[in-house]
Amino acid sequence: MSNGLRDVAIVGVGATPYYKRGGSAPQTITELAGKAILAACEDAGISVKDIDGFAYYSGAGAGYGDKMDTADFMETLGIPEVTFTASLTSGGGGSAGAIGLARAAIVAGEATTVVTVMALQQQKQRLGTVFAASAPNPTNSFLQPSGLAGPGHLMSVLARRHMHLYGTTRDAFAEIAISERQNALNRPKAIQKNPLTKEEYFNGRMIADPLCLYDFCMETEGAVAVITTSVDRAKDLRQKPVPVVAVAHGGRREWGRAFAWYGMPDEYFASAGNAPIAKRLYEQSGLSAKDIDVALLYDHFSPMVLMQLEDYGFCERGEGGAFVESGAIRYDGGSIPVNTHGGQLSEAYIIGMTHIMEAVEQMRGTAINQVEDAEFALATGGPASLPVSGLILGRAA
Amino acid sequence: MSDIVATPLPGETVQITTDPHTEPFWQAAKEERLVACQCADCGHFRMPPTPFCPECQSTEKKWPELSGRGTVYSFAVVHGFPGLPDITVVGAVIDLEGAAPARLVTNVVDIDPDEVVIGMDVEVRFSPISDGWKLPVFRPVTD
Repeated sequence: MSNGLRDVAIVGVGATPYYKRGGSAPQTITELAGKAILAACEDAGISVKDIDGFAYYSGAGAGYGDKMDTADFMETLGIPEVTFTASLTSGGGGSAGAIGLARAAIVAGEATTVVTVMALQQQKQRLGTVFAASAPNPTNSFLQPSGLAGPGHLMSVLARRHMHLYGTTRDAFAEIAISERQNALNRPKAIQKNPLTKEEYFNGRMIADPLCLYDFCMETEGAVAVITTSVDRAKDLRQKPVPVVAVAHGGRREWGRAFAWYGMPDEYFASAGNAPIAKRLYEQSGLSAKDIDVALLYDHFSPMVLMQLEDYGFCERGEGGAFVESGAIRYDGGSIPVNTHGGQLSEAYIIGMTHIMEAVEQMRGTAINQVEDAEFALATGGPASLPVSGLILGRAA
Repeated sequence: MSDIVATPLPGETVQITTDPHTEPFWQAAKEERLVACQCADCGHFRMPPTPFCPECQSTEKKWPELSGRGTVYSFAVVHGFPGLPDITVVGAVIDLEGAAPARLVTNVVDIDPDEVVIGMDVEVRFSPISDGWKLPVFRPVTD
């Protein structure tokens, strides 16, 4: 049986505080990202001058309209030379996969110490209406006039189809929002620190029916950075290295641009597009869903958590509703604790990076909501236009 | 039941742009004809119109006029839009009769949003938008 990739490891994680929309001003994107990178270097016990590679996702975009740039980081942080700087394409679907881009650079000998970073501010453009705000172009002219103004509006159409095909109800989405909120309550950095009741959930404003306010991730700001290096180099650093057991990005044409084109055949339409990624991760690692101890599933919108549970094989296709309503994803007593950090629904939304950080802390055994004896953690990138992505980390050793 | 009637976005707030691959669709809509992009070589329908047929890579297109009927594949009832906090629109994905697997992302209109269901039969009507263009939207089949 395969033991997984295990040729690179995550050796450092760092983050800024998390802020509500507008709250991180007057800091700049470069400043937020720089603070996260320096914190990750401190965590790893390396100098920032040791960084020689950058592996981004989302086209190195920083939220909606801002950009990160390696030359800016070199100039402001004093990084002497880089030998690799590249990004995955498209958006938040690549977050977990960016660790695979870092791995590709390291395994190919192009770089030794690679940082993946995301910094997000939403003053110029908020996530919630990002599609409505785009200038009209020949492609989005087939989407924008519909009034589906943001990604949550668009994904509510996928959720409706899932409800139609499989009888899924809003009770399942409520359970995802409520259980994630529960996980955020004891976290000092979480934005949401009050419990969410079922009554509050069902009284929540309907933004794009079948989804309400509590199904939407928060519009937050901040930065998170992760440092990846070879397992050999990792042995000499401050933390016990967390090995990359499997990592993949990509996806199939049937999913394609997903909710930006809606041409998916039925078996993909009411999914998260991650099934091909799950297959590759399990082939690389020799693992299956039952081996995963904690799942950090990209939760921009609650139904996409449910559909990822199906894509990754934690339950059968169409059974996600009953699965979550059984309590299976609870930290307290669930068979597969999901988003033990509170996720993007309740801790903070940094376009997938908090999931990677939580996976690392779980594998170090230092998570605030530590899953006892956890050996494998899954972190995923956001169901969106391809690529989508996934990452399995192993227990630190 | 509610007393709300789903509408399109106000026409003056909706802008589109075209390119040579998409313009025939919009020119037909301006004449209140619903067409879809079909590969002239293998017959595969695709929407939105794109430079190549994804099945055979041909660049040859034709634009057959459709019946204008379709069925609701899925939808969301959207409350509010930037600058229009009180509007209710039904954003919908419509399976187009005679053009499978092509779908159109549009609105279901002239109906109480609570009465929209997946699988319901709808027919096109054309709603004026900016710059003299018209937008195909769908209402319940009445006959």
